[in-house]
Amino acid sequence: MVTINVNRFKCGYCGACVGVCPFAALELVETWIEVSKECTSCGICAKICPVRAIEVER
Amino acid sequence: MKNEYDVVVVGAGPGGSMAAKNAAQRGLDVLLIEKRQEIGDPVRCAEGVSKVWLKKFIEPDPRWISAELKGSRIFSPDGTMIEMAEEIAGAEVGYVLERKIFDRALAYESAKAGAEVMVKTRATDLIIEDGFVKGVKVMHLGETYDIRAKLVIGADGVESKVGRWAGIDTSLRPDDIETCAQYLMSGTGLDQDFCHFYLGNEIAPAGYIWVFPKGQGLANVGIGILGSRSGKKHAIDYLDEFVKNKFPKAKILEIDVGGVPVSGSIERTIANGLILVGDAARQSDPITGGGIVNAMETGRIAGEVAYNAISRRDLSTNTLQEYEKRWRAKIGLDIDNSLIVKNTFITFTDREINALAHSLKGVNFTTMSLLDLLYALFKANKKILWDLRVIFKNVIKYDMDFER
Ligand SMILES: Cc1cc2nc3c(=O)[nH]c(=O)nc-3n(C[C@H](O)[C@H](O)[C@H](O)COP(=O)(O)OP(=O)(O)OC[C@H]3O[C@@H](n4cnc5c(N)ncnc54)[C@H](O)[C@@H]3O)c2cc1C
Repeated sequence: MVTINVNRFKCGYCGACVGVCPFAALELVETWIEVSKECTSCGICAKICPVRAIEVER
Repeated sequence: MKNEYDVVVVGAGPGGSMAAKNAAQRGLDVLLIEKRQEIGDPVRCAEGVSKVWLKKFIEPDPRWISAELKGSRIFSPDGTMIEMAEEIAGAEVGYVLERKIFDRALAYESAKAGAEVMVKTRATDLIIEDGFVKGVKVMHLGETYDIRAKLVIGADGVESKVGRWAGIDTSLRPDDIETCAQYLMSGTGLDQDFCHFYLGNEIAPAGYIWVFPKGQGLANVGIGILGSRSGKKHAIDYLDEFVKNKFPKAKILEIDVGGVPVSGSIERTIANGLILVGDAARQSDPITGGGIVNAMETGRIAGEVAYNAISRRDLSTNTLQEYEKRWRAKIGLDIDNSLIVKNTFITFTDREINALAHSLKGVNFTTMSLLDLLYALFKANKKILWDLRVIFKNVIKYDMDFER
């Protein structure tokens, strides 16, 4: 299930979201972010993304 | 790539490359892996570094120096300026680097020392047996491999997973990270001798805007805001506003984004068979967000400790404790002090920041030392800066070693 939506046209693949994810659910692979099933839609990544590339799907 | 090494270093930033170099120099069989296809790119840095500190690790090379700095200018929200500069003409105190070239040069240093380097190679997990880290699982060009190692050094930066895989919780809370965006710009008309800092909750909540000269009329114009203050507006929105007001005619040649840990030291940076260095160990400075020289320092120590531990055939935390002790003795206190400063400053309103700046009128700073600045502020504003008193107690005890 996709719980967050990373806009890869906006994403600067900096990895900041990976560092704040409390569940280690994100991974920066090459130039995109992969989201695993551990994601709980907590929204911390969306809050701190420098370029507003992440949206939480509720 | 072989399937076994003495040491595998994950991440070829300044921390990882220094670790690999120092381990390889001592004769260890070292593999340095980097998941990106180009070391150092894309840049996640404002590229400012202190000259004296950098020189401890590498001879400066014009190929990766974009500009030399004479001093800094700090602007409070009402525009009051504090200038800090070396008195002696020609005594440049800092560099603005070209990280793309610098990081690659450091990786090359490790290769020259004998380390094997592999790019486009991503660690995906640790191999753990009997409570000891015994290597890494990697993906290279879509294939997975197991690589065994006596010791793994995690230098995988802000997005570090290596520590977490070994049970060290390195996740950052929103108030543990500065979220940053930067433009490389032409046409700002910047004085190329000074780095400029702009403070204020309107323009950069619990953070600051920096304008660093990049040579030849270019400048790194960037912002970091505390993660807990991001959300409605994000770093890029604040940056766009600043640029629109301040440099409406300047042109954007590059966009850089990233996060810097400002959590302060974490409890544990080792596990059996594992050492964490640099941003992966959250060793960046909580007030400036600077982490290049700290990563180099701890990378170097990690490379030396790797050799000692492997020579003794004991990779347990008992032996690796040497790393923990040495890095904390070198930079632990500075990081702790900066955390105290950060926790004080993020509570200030713009009025308070202005008042602090006004209190320094007539004070002449002839060094670029952050500690000198803080001490002058403390003396003039003991009441609101009372929480900082412990720092100056320590300073007298441990010498003035705060030049980063
Ligand atoms: C916007 C911004 C401005 C900054 N400005 C400054 C400044 O002016 N001065 C300063 O001193 N510091 C600054 N910093 C901080 C500085 O960039 C870092 O502290 C420094 O790069 C840390 O070095 P490092 O080697 O620990 O990690 P990094 O340089 O981040 O290197 C980590 C490397 O590991 C790689 N990696 C990650 N995961 C894996 C994996 N699973 N497998 C393989 N490789 C992996 C990454 O791709 C990366 O190349 C800034 C940071 C930001 C974001």
